[in-house]
Amino acid sequence: MAGVRLIDVKEEILADNTKQAAAIREDLRRKKTMLVNLMSSPGSGKTSLILRTLDALKGSIKTGVIEADIESTVDAEKVAARGIPAIQLRTGGFCHLDATMVTQGLNALTEHDLDLIIIENVGNLVCPAEFDTGAHKNVMILSVPEGDDKPLKYPLMFSICDLLFINKVDYLALSDFDMSALRQRVLSLNPRIVILEVSCKTGEGIEAWISWLKGEIDAFRQNK
Amino acid sequence: MHELPIIESILNIVLKHAQTNNARKVISVHMEIGKLSELEDDWLQRYFDYLSKGTIAEGAKLKIERTPIMMQCDACSVSYEVEMSQMGNLLCPACGTNRGKLLSGKNYYIKSMEVQ
Repeated sequence: MAGVRLIDVKEEILADNTKQAAAIREDLRRKKTMLVNLMSSPGSGKTSLILRTLDALKGSIKTGVIEADIESTVDAEKVAARGIPAIQLRTGGFCHLDATMVTQGLNALTEHDLDLIIIENVGNLVCPAEFDTGAHKNVMILSVPEGDDKPLKYPLMFSICDLLFINKVDYLALSDFDMSALRQRVLSLNPRIVILEVSCKTGEGIEAWISWLKGEIDAFRQNK
Repeated sequence: MHELPIIESILNIVLKHAQTNNARKVISVHMEIGKLSELEDDWLQRYFDYLSKGTIAEGAKLKIERTPIMMQCDACSVSYEVEMSQMGNLLCPACGTNRGKLLSGKNYYIKSMEVQ
């Protein structure tokens, strides 16, 4: 073909998001607000875990919540009913939150001067793993009914998280979920991940989570 | 899935470089995408075709090279390549340890493009 030229581009496709996410982290560090991104499949217990967390932190850690949902506002209403600042982002069909959407949520919460903001990401184990939200910590839930094979199917999600909840352990007796196989699969991808077995229904394991979270908030405040 | 926001970024970058280089038409876009990405080449092309309609990138072909998933052994720090299907069952080829850290495999990168 006449006049075809090859030109260098050399650009990261997600560079804009990565830049925005870094700006969020830096800005929140100055404000001493820790941002935690919570991810999982639909129905694994993100909202229940957040409600448990809010109850446990009441009076000690000023917390706000950014809810992401494709269409509804159900989750934000549950959180707001507890008197907690909550903002619902409707992603309008998108399967994940990106740093620009998170910035909108953060702007809406600015006036509250919070110690901790939890993002409830869109229920999905694929896309949220690829987009940096600007969070200081990434945590995820796998619930027992989903099965112990999920790290094989969604390795990226398991490899980017700081903490993994195995939720609904009250179902363990009824299922063939193999906890030691699950642990082995997850640790092989991410040796430093913290794994907590919890039940948002009975409250089992919630104390361990709150103590981890408070430790991380302390370290964050001391800029460690 | 998240083809749409990714393709939007690709198209913005492509059009920006086309303009800076005074191109009249974009023929192809050469990219590297990590093997951990769930996005399929066919679907990326279809979304690209849809979004690029009416721009000078309309009709451009996406040439996608899949880059390897690299892990680093937690014990001896050797880095090694794995396939997606092996990720739940890692074994360091140097020391046999079954724990590792993800080094790369989720990149989205535009190397170059052909223009007229």
